Amino acid sequence: MFANFMAWIDKRLPVTDCWNKHLAQYPAPKNFNFWYFFGSLAMLVLVNQILTGIWLTMNYEPSGEGAFASIEYIMRDVDYGWLLRYMHSTGASAFFVVVYMHMFRGMMYGSYQKPRELLWIFGMLIFLVLMAEAFMGYLLPWGNMSYWGAQVIISLFGAIPVIGEELTIWIKGDYVISGATLNRFFALHVVALPLVLVVLVFLHILALHEVGSNNPEGTDIKKKKGSVKPEELSKFKFHKHYTDKYDIVDAIPFHPYYSVKDIMGVVGFLILFCWVMFFAPEGGGYFIEAPNFEPANGLKTPEHIVPVWYFGPFFTILRVIPDKLLGMITMFAAIGALFALPWFDRGVVKALKFRSKAHFINLTQFAICFIALGILGTMPATDLANFIGRIATFGYFGFFVALWLYSKNEKTKPVPERVSG
Amino acid sequence: MSNTPVNNGRRRFLTAATSVVGGVGVVGVAVPFIGSWNPSARAKAAGAPVEINVGKLQPGQLIRAEWRGKPVYVIRRTEETLKSLANHEDQLRDPQSAEPQQPEYATNAYRSIKPEYMVALGVCTHLGCAPTYQEGSFEEQVEGVKDGFFCPCHGSKFDMAGRVFQGVPAPTNLVVPEHSFPTETTILIGVGQGEA
Repeated sequence: MFANFMAWIDKRLPVTDCWNKHLAQYPAPKNFNFWYFFGSLAMLVLVNQILTGIWLTMNYEPSGEGAFASIEYIMRDVDYGWLLRYMHSTGASAFFVVVYMHMFRGMMYGSYQKPRELLWIFGMLIFLVLMAEAFMGYLLPWGNMSYWGAQVIISLFGAIPVIGEELTIWIKGDYVISGATLNRFFALHVVALPLVLVVLVFLHILALHEVGSNNPEGTDIKKKKGSVKPEELSKFKFHKHYTDKYDIVDAIPFHPYYSVKDIMGVVGFLILFCWVMFFAPEGGGYFIEAPNFEPANGLKTPEHIVPVWYFGPFFTILRVIPDKLLGMITMFAAIGALFALPWFDRGVVKALKFRSKAHFINLTQFAICFIALGILGTMPATDLANFIGRIATFGYFGFFVALWLYSKNEKTKPVPERVSG
Repeated sequence: MSNTPVNNGRRRFLTAATSVVGGVGVVGVAVPFIGSWNPSARAKAAGAPVEINVGKLQPGQLIRAEWRGKPVYVIRRTEETLKSLANHEDQLRDPQSAEPQQPEYATNAYRSIKPEYMVALGVCTHLGCAPTYQEGSFEEQVEGVKDGFFCPCHGSKFDMAGRVFQGVPAPTNLVVPEHSFPTETTILIGVGQGEA
């Protein structure tokens, strides 16, 4: 009965073939570690954001007069409104946690290197859209930090010569941030950017499945057709899309092996997620900032305007440059440098474990600088903070320059042909 | 395709011409989408320049107006006040108005177009409270300075040119908005000198 039904479907839409090609017979390296949880976790959080987001719009009122009150209404009067909102706000922070981990995984194991450049670029585009999405979403509660945070970021565009001032008015749709700004941010946040995000995620996965997953050792599990002895081939059945072109070694099908393993990741993640959501939904003032508990007020600036933690690194880079325009350019360059990472790295060895000591030190200092920038971004800009911030900014950009310099003739260890262990 | 008898030059021309016309169409259709992000007629009306008649303003007097949701102070300063401005410059944070808190044409010793009329936003540069005008009683705040502005929220002090004193929370001078004198006795807030 079911077989007949599927046969009927498959004649008209390649459902079974697609399932096999991308899940049940997709060859994934057998040596994934916990760093490989974060891709699937990012998908989980995306689904969470979309679902809770849709439910929040059912009671949210996107207007300068009603927005703040409608959030209070959701929190106090709507059944489970508080839960849906905290799922969404905690989800926003969780999204960046998993995405930053996911990106760092890619940096450690050289997953951006040839032939995965486009995969990395799609990932970076997702990151960029995600930042825009989070920025616009943060305005919607129409709290005072929402307002002033947006004020600071939008006024950045005012630093662009000639068109700057006009541009900020165009973005705001008014001379000050007003209901007009709120409404367009709402439209972008709930319709436009999520659509873009979903399309980009689709392309990211399509590109991944075309080039195949990297692994912690950076070895290639796809060998030249006919180059591997039959007894050394992976024992599993993989889709002919892969086996027709390559001999597959050291691989297991994504489903059920990694789908089940990822559930373990989900369990661990949800324990942490729920702990934050139920016991510390404001994240100690880092996920929902204190000034956001009073309505937006254009005449009352909060004591310290600091962004939500996940913008910290880039905000610090912006802030430590004494010139506004130069600061903005540097901040965008910080993201641009990540985009160009596959070309900064001229090496051929992917995994950290087989690369030089210099690379290990460089990547470590990059991670430290990035975290330092993030911490500084949530603190007031004192002279000391700016001083440390400048050093960290130097370290951030230094990573790329140094990488470009040493990666050409790097002293690497030999990479084994096969996944070890 | 390649082995069909075609006139390639003609095909290339038609392809290019179609692309150009299509491109023009795309640009054309983008206009309303981009244009709709401009401030609406209602927003423009609410943010329109505000005209203030200063004909009846007495020396030393302050009047308030509202422009784009912010209070605007207009003060007619006396000769004596103008002369005293130079006396306390050593106590100010930014006596020469180096920070761009005022339009180019008001970057002078009086921070105004006509020395007599001071125009500034009544918004403290610290946290946005409205500073109080202390006419004749400012000496309680700063010795030897007769008039000035005192912010009741956190005690920031400004002189009669809106310049901030040292040792207070406000970091910069009061903002002088774009303004101009269409006639001798009217001030137009929101339109810069020589713009209209």
